[in-house]
Amino acid sequence: EAQLPAMAEELTGILRHMDVLRNAPREAGAVNSVSITPSVWRSDTIEPSDHAIAMERVAPMMREGFFLVPRLATHEGPDGAPEPSVPS
Amino acid sequence: MSGASLRMEAAAGLRAHGIGAAMARYDVVRGGADGLHAFLSIERAVDRVADAEGSLAGVPFAVKDNIATHVLPTTCASRLLEGYVSPYEATVVQRLRSHGAVVFGKTNMDEFGMGSSTEHSAFGPTYHPLDPTRVPGGSSGGSAAAVASGIVRVALGSETGGSVRQPAAFCGVVGIKPTYGRVSRYGLVAYASSLDQVGVFGTTVAEAALMLELIAGHDPRDATSLAVEVPSMVPATRTDTRPLQGIVVGRPREYFPETLDSRVQATCDRAFDILRELGAEVRDVSLPSTSLAVPAYYIIAPAEASSNLARFDGVRFGRRAAADSIQGVYEHSRSAGFGREVQRRILLGTYVLIAGYYDAYYRRAQEVRAAITREMLACFAEGVDVLFTPTTPTPAFRIGEVTDPYTMYLADVFTVTANLAGIPAMSLPIGRAEGLPVGGQFMAARCEEPRMLQVAAALEQALGAEAHR
Amino acid sequence: MSTASIAWEMVIGLEVHCQLRTATKIFCSCATSFGEAPNQHVCPVCLGLPGALPVLNAEAVTLAVRASLALGCTVHETSIFARKNYFYPDLPKGYQISQFDQPLATDGDVVIGRHPDGSPHRIRVHRVHVEEDAGKLVHDRFPDHSAIDLNRAGTPLVEIVSEPDLRSAAEAARYARRLKQILEYADVSDANMEEGSLRVDVNLSIRPVGSTELGTRTEIKNLNSFTAIERAAELEFVRQVALRERGDVVEQQTLLYDERRQRVRPARSKEGSHDYRYFPDPDLPPLRVDAAFLEAQRTMLCELPEARRARLAEQYELPEADIEALLASRELADWFDALAKASGDGRRSAHWLLGSVLASLNTSGQAINAYPVSVSQLAALMHLEASGAISNTAARQLLLVMEREPSQDPHGLAEREGLLQVRDDTALAQWIDDVLREHPAEAARFLAGERKLQGVLIGLVMKKSGGSADPKRVSQLLGARVA
Ligand SMILES: [Mg+2]
Ligand SMILES: [Zn+2]
Repeated sequence: EAQLPAMAEELTGILRHMDVLRNAPREAGAVNSVSITPSVWRSDTIEPSDHAIAMERVAPMMREGFFLVPRLATHEGPDGAPEPSVPS
Repeated sequence: MSGASLRMEAAAGLRAHGIGAAMARYDVVRGGADGLHAFLSIERAVDRVADAEGSLAGVPFAVKDNIATHVLPTTCASRLLEGYVSPYEATVVQRLRSHGAVVFGKTNMDEFGMGSSTEHSAFGPTYHPLDPTRVPGGSSGGSAAAVASGIVRVALGSETGGSVRQPAAFCGVVGIKPTYGRVSRYGLVAYASSLDQVGVFGTTVAEAALMLELIAGHDPRDATSLAVEVPSMVPATRTDTRPLQGIVVGRPREYFPETLDSRVQATCDRAFDILRELGAEVRDVSLPSTSLAVPAYYIIAPAEASSNLARFDGVRFGRRAAADSIQGVYEHSRSAGFGREVQRRILLGTYVLIAGYYDAYYRRAQEVRAAITREMLACFAEGVDVLFTPTTPTPAFRIGEVTDPYTMYLADVFTVTANLAGIPAMSLPIGRAEGLPVGGQFMAARCEEPRMLQVAAALEQALGAEAHR
Repeated sequence: MSTASIAWEMVIGLEVHCQLRTATKIFCSCATSFGEAPNQHVCPVCLGLPGALPVLNAEAVTLAVRASLALGCTVHETSIFARKNYFYPDLPKGYQISQFDQPLATDGDVVIGRHPDGSPHRIRVHRVHVEEDAGKLVHDRFPDHSAIDLNRAGTPLVEIVSEPDLRSAAEAARYARRLKQILEYADVSDANMEEGSLRVDVNLSIRPVGSTELGTRTEIKNLNSFTAIERAAELEFVRQVALRERGDVVEQQTLLYDERRQRVRPARSKEGSHDYRYFPDPDLPPLRVDAAFLEAQRTMLCELPEARRARLAEQYELPEADIEALLASRELADWFDALAKASGDGRRSAHWLLGSVLASLNTSGQAINAYPVSVSQLAALMHLEASGAISNTAARQLLLVMEREPSQDPHGLAEREGLLQVRDDTALAQWIDDVLREHPAEAARFLAGERKLQGVLIGLVMKKSGGSADPKRVSQLLGARVA
């Protein structure tokens, strides 16, 4: 965090170089190269997965099959439990 | 010579340098004055080689440390992944192993592929095999150095903006970046997904081409991999005197600026002369958007990286910093785990994606990318078979020489265009400048690797020992 | 200035997340699951391991398209997957793969009832997009730690966003009910609110009645019952009105509904204030669906609730309450259609289904598809009743027998149980004679022309016959005695 002001200055410097783009010619239908590949879909077939075991080796903290993190600081819910997040 | 026999010959060349020879060479190189530090880990279980079968039976290959293997750690040269052994294996590694090849070791790199010198490895830099005061290039510097020093004859690297071609040029080996989608990215730790592609290093064009042929092809685990047939990649050795008769080699003027290193310029001029002697027509062309490639690249790549690297949060894998809140886990794991260049690019990428700046930066960069691609495609459509340019503006620079980030980014000026356009490109050793290798770059239209490799092989053959003198 | 005299109205839009019923997750081959041991159905892709890549599940596309068509949406030939970037421990990759400025489908509607003039009351659907679900967090299992289970991570979802067309809590709940019904009929989801396969967020603002401006809205997240939707919206309406009448402003924020305390409270998560830094996901090509695919999916759709409503009213002239009851589930509605066809009598079919059959199912707790009596058997029973071979009372008794012995022929069972009606005049005349003899006073009055006693006498004959006499014929025979 002590590096932040220095890094901000560097970024400003870098972004100044990017400003040439503002005057660059406009191109209709901008795409990235992903767009050239046609959609390939996967068939809805289950493949067995046994990664829970493998994850025990690489996870920083795992217990009873769960990944653990410090208790989320949230408002106490009705059962004393914090609320879940929901993608919106 | 038939395609099959060409492949057999290349494979035989690779098999001649087995795991024992690699290990012996490794010990010699490592025992030198300071060691190259090309490898981050080595597989010493040589015994399993005996029963390897296939065209590459027992052939050792090096793997950049951002490609998942399950025998050795996959650290991306990052503290955050120190000791992380992937629970699964990358498709490219699986394919080479299915032909009998053996993972020799994992090579050093700029952390997560972010750099052009391999100085940005959390585990210390790799040194140039010919001059330990210089960088081997990057980010696949370890793989390039491993091949250049003769430890292995072939290695896997990865490219986002030139990370195979630039170190290949610096170290004097062959480096190929295939068409986007030609090779599966499954198991390649993503830096910038729309630009990333696994590439290969080889001592010769034929050996590198063989490696490419074996790893190429559609992978149902990668939605961006091309569902097209893989052509024969290994080029024929030509016996006629004008093997490039009918081939048009484009010379894009933007790649030969006034400011170009005069030694690099001279070496390229010599290469053009030889290409003409081989029967090729050299045609001057213009790709006016080239100057915008680096700015566009350094918006798109960090933007994607800021998202791709979000998964390194210290929750499911990797090193977790001590903290008593989830915010603490995220912040401390990432600030302790990521090096300065990685943090810089994440910050940059985060910034350019912010809703209020998206149009000014990310969208503009994508428009420029489309323009660059259109120019490239038009050039090939007008009859140019391959473009030939210097791979880098200068030969290998000294460790610590480039300190300003943007100056370092400019080292990619000739290579990023191929990644932005998704076209195949490669670097071939074409000579030396005061003892340091100079690389020549070929670029071709999408999926035209065979033609590109054919031209490169003809030049390689004509240059002979001159390429390394 | 006092604003207490102002009448306020609520403006509500709903965001509904619906899990699609696929065998595997949206971007990997792990099984979708519910209620299993933690992290059993995970792989490099849904764990977000370094180097893993998503590949789209074809069935998720099919079901999402079908859901969109069922909601009357325009499905776009090209839609784009985008990354929604934010950190949360239930989100393995640090971003959710979703859709942003080019969603799968837009501009549909859901009919939630009729306006007083009889025209359909339509709630517009703004968009339908495809995305992946997050994992689950468990907070009460370990001291000082939250636990993460990623079995649910990567389950395919459609997010259905309505326009702010709803004007009351009851309308919001009705919209949710109708939406759930459509998704069930389209056969794309279990749409089970208790299991979380259907989750609702309510966006609510208030404004003075007559105003057309939209006020600052709040979002109540993750409601998991229709009652919760209605109650939460009412509570939030009251809260916002109180704020405004005090002269305070409504703050844009995310709220949670506390069922036990009957209040809404702010969620501490920074949702809403986030800049999600959306951008197209470079790992996934644009999602393209061509006209032929859309047409194929359209033909896969069964008749949807709104069309059935109209048809049942038209074809069978059923009362509205009966129609709604029959449409409660697609299975029940299909059963009804089959029964109406087999029996040739829609009204009686509705009567039987909503009466005896539902009563039996309520008792047994079974679904209609597990009902032991088949459509054709029930139709046979209805024919016995219609032909007069058995009385209505006997028919209801017979159904109970059939439920126990579903493989037996209804006529045979009726015979065995002595439920067939006696229509033999000799036997009936004997019972009539007996009744008239045993009740001489009533017999005399009846024969003297007191016709109103006929009903009493029929009842006595029925009693004497043990319920087996055909009351119609008894009535005729009695009538003949006084003619
Ligand atoms: Mg959503
Ligand atoms: Zn999975």
